Amino acid sequence: MVDVLSPLKPVWKPGTHGNTANGIGVVLTETQPGSIVQLAAWQGQEKKLLAAIKAVSALALPDGAGGGKSGDSKAAFGIAPGKFLIVDQNEGLAAIFSGAVTSEVGTVTDLSHGRTALRISGPKAEWVLAKFFAVDFALPAFPVGSGIATLHHDIFAHIQRTGAEQFDLYVFRSFARSFWTMLCHASEEVGYEVS
Amino acid sequence: MLISCPYCGPRDLSEFTYQGDGNRTRPDPASTDQQAWNAYVYDRVNTAGDHHEIWQHSGGCRAHLMVTRNTLTHKVSAVAFARDAGHRKSDRHRMSGGAA
Repeated sequence: MVDVLSPLKPVWKPGTHGNTANGIGVVLTETQPGSIVQLAAWQGQEKKLLAAIKAVSALALPDGAGGGKSGDSKAAFGIAPGKFLIVDQNEGLAAIFSGAVTSEVGTVTDLSHGRTALRISGPKAEWVLAKFFAVDFALPAFPVGSGIATLHHDIFAHIQRTGAEQFDLYVFRSFARSFWTMLCHASEEVGYEVS
Repeated sequence: MLISCPYCGPRDLSEFTYQGDGNRTRPDPASTDQQAWNAYVYDRVNTAGDHHEIWQHSGGCRAHLMVTRNTLTHKVSAVAFARDAGHRKSDRHRMSGGAA
């Protein structure tokens, strides 16, 4: 496999930064999945698409707005009516889905090179994200596994909660470096670690 | 102003794009009725009160929505997916070819 190049490389500064007087508030990292795929079902075909997702990724998604699941190497969540984002640490997921999702059921779009996946975790993750997005990040409103689509100004972001104190963010690759820089600035007051 | 998207829940106005008056009736594309097209393009009810509007949740699920918004208070009283609501035939729409 060829080396994965990160758009964050020029601003990537591993280590601890900011105000760490009260410990590390958040850990910021890039998850570098091999595959990011968007699936869309034609109206009325949503159940068949959910079945295809289960067959390919072994993730049984709950039927409902923003419902999702995340495992060690795979994650999936709803981003719009009949639309889902599926992520795999391995490459080649789009090709597999192209076989499993027929043209009668819906469409498969490979976004692997178009998105950058960032992870924010730690006790202050909700606090830091709330500075960017006008969305309720509290656990009852945003349960583990579920996902949303939202905006930070013109930077479109898909966000999945992958743990009680952990969120994975998918932003356009061309915006990733500036968004990452903002994420670092927003994390300074709580102390952050890049790893 | 908050709009409660049927999929995403309550979201800030900045995530939405206004797509126009929801009271208009688009003439048959094959129609050459100039008055009907004129009414579609130019005539507006200019409601003071509850107003039917089409919005897109462009900064979220990207669905097109039928929104009922009060033009005096900005209170949003109803939101539905446009694809489910279908075309709303408003009885307040001006009749083509006649006086308003």
